[in-house]
Amino acid sequence: MSDSLIGRGISEGGRLFREWFAEMEGAGERGQPAAYVFVMGSLAELLRAFDFQLVFPEINSLQTAVRRVAHDYLNEAEDYGYSPDICGYVKADVAVQLRKGAHPMGRIPPPSLAVLTNACNTYIKWGEIWERMYDVPVFTLDVPGTRTAGGDTWPGDTEFARDRDYVARQLTELIEVCERVTRKKFDIDRLREIMGHANAMGQAYKALLDLNRHRPSPFNAVTDGTIFLGVANGFRGTPEGAAYFQDLVEEMQYKIAHGHGTLRDEKYRLVFVGVPCYPIFRRFNEMFAEWGGSFVSSTYLWFASGGANLGWMYDLTRPIESLAEGVLVSVRHAMDAMFYQDRMIAGMIGPYSIDGVVYHPIKSCRTVSTGLADGRRALAEQSDIPSLFIESDMMDRRVVSEAQLKNRIDAFFEGLAVRRTGA
Amino acid sequence: MPYAAGVDVGSTQTKAVVIDERRRPVGRSLIDTGANVVQAAETAFARALQDAGILEESVDLVVGTGYGRYRVTFGNFQVTEISCHARGAVHMFPGTRTVVDMGGQDTKVIRVGPAGEIVDFCMNDKCAAGTGRFLGAAAAALEIPLDELGPTALRAEKPVPITTTCTVFAESEVLSWLGRGKKIEDILLGVHLSIVSRTMGLIRRVGIEPEVTFTGGVTRNIGMVKVLNDALGTEVNVSEDSHYMGALGAALFATDRTLGHYAGDQPAREAR
Repeated sequence: MSDSLIGRGISEGGRLFREWFAEMEGAGERGQPAAYVFVMGSLAELLRAFDFQLVFPEINSLQTAVRRVAHDYLNEAEDYGYSPDICGYVKADVAVQLRKGAHPMGRIPPPSLAVLTNACNTYIKWGEIWERMYDVPVFTLDVPGTRTAGGDTWPGDTEFARDRDYVARQLTELIEVCERVTRKKFDIDRLREIMGHANAMGQAYKALLDLNRHRPSPFNAVTDGTIFLGVANGFRGTPEGAAYFQDLVEEMQYKIAHGHGTLRDEKYRLVFVGVPCYPIFRRFNEMFAEWGGSFVSSTYLWFASGGANLGWMYDLTRPIESLAEGVLVSVRHAMDAMFYQDRMIAGMIGPYSIDGVVYHPIKSCRTVSTGLADGRRALAEQSDIPSLFIESDMMDRRVVSEAQLKNRIDAFFEGLAVRRTGA
Repeated sequence: MPYAAGVDVGSTQTKAVVIDERRRPVGRSLIDTGANVVQAAETAFARALQDAGILEESVDLVVGTGYGRYRVTFGNFQVTEISCHARGAVHMFPGTRTVVDMGGQDTKVIRVGPAGEIVDFCMNDKCAAGTGRFLGAAAAALEIPLDELGPTALRAEKPVPITTTCTVFAESEVLSWLGRGKKIEDILLGVHLSIVSRTMGLIRRVGIEPEVTFTGGVTRNIGMVKVLNDALGTEVNVSEDSHYMGALGAALFATDRTLGHYAGDQPAREAR
């Protein structure tokens, strides 16, 4: 092993991404049906068993912002009639559909099926848009969430068994829909094989996130994390996806052994809560990096991976039931990461040597942002860890003010410096 | 005798303060920022030096603050106005635990700890309602000089509710009340109450802890001081130098650095 390992994950991630978009573009020619899915509960394992081409509209949308063309898409959707107040991801996707799939990374195929969960209430209305546009079947999976704060149920609990059975029955219905759409019979062995790859990826994903406990942290949970999430979602259940994260673990272990941090001079270790600011993605991170601030963890890596950070292992001897358990636990965890992240963050302050928490509510998403102020207050009751509350958006540059963000970020670091010296 | 200076380049006004080795303000200046921010900073500094009766060479360090802090090209380093207002307020009133700063288009509330460290802060983001700009718009609509707003408002008997949240639309609302025969003082008190209710929203987010020190240009408005006292249920600290608190805090940070007390850091590779 040598220093040539360093950066492998980023370049490999970029390659896999381009490959994925090229596959999406070719889906129509191949006659491959496309399934529109979401990061919180993609059901990738089941859909891959039917050879669907997976399409993640959330990821397509954020790529328009990263590539600085989101405003064109948002304007088109707003001209069409959508309010400036609703989710930028939805609007960008509407414009992609109006443009017959035209996207900066290649043409996006129309849906043959849409599968969504109740993890995000906007998903449901989004699915209805595709229903109207394409007369496409839309399957909504109702995943029971945490119903009592601190009252998660787990295998062995009666309530867990009931919730699992509820999800499993819905998966059986989804199988019937997939058979109808693809005209293929469900192959349980194929599902097992895919779930095996998902197990390998999940274990590696969890191990990867744990590696950032080291000082200096080997990766940035926001900038590198976005690439990791792209692969975690787009390649879930594939041997390439599993290999990618196993290679990442190897790379990060190498960096740790040789003292290579993601920042040359890591001074402050931070947790990022929410969805990143994609319109000024690089600059946003620079405003922290300039002060030696590095994001060692992000709740985004939890909820936007559909709870993959739990490293849930499927039991391949009973695939449908185990898939239901995994979906139940992971999607519930994703929802908790949005709404009850205070407990999770309080628990990682020591192990990850956290110096501060950055809350980033976004105008687009009331689901994620509503309650972040309460989450912050709840954390303040458990810990005196300093926190910063800055608002912008993940898509709409009209509500991103770099000057305002910088002022608040600079003041936060000035305060951290004073705290550190005890002055 | 080494001096230190702070230059606060705000969105509407630029303030400069020179302090002596005992940290007493000995020179001050206040000008409109205008379009040329670099020049505003230089002019304000020069006038503060003149006010102090000293030459630039006598000043050891200059700290820039405010939105235009990186345009204080002659400055030695920069500190945000959030930190500077807190520093200045605690210096003037050591019992300060909450700072309320109302500026031209910015309102911020800062909670400070026992050592003057910032515990939390909150600022207006998307809208200048609840800032001096709202008062400026009302003054323009009513054709009243800014310094008469407060005394006029305090003569009100029956304040009019101003419901518009937008500073620009507020002008229309003010004129419509005038058209309905409402008294200017009643309308003005309504404007003050509207501003303070938005400020109270920010204050509650951060949490009120006495003593509360009021800073920024709007402190010159005795009407605003009164309505803020009433809303808080406590008397706020106001200094003659409240308008200059940001620049004063910056000058104090400069002295801290000279004396080796400055704990702060600077971002790397910042554009100058």
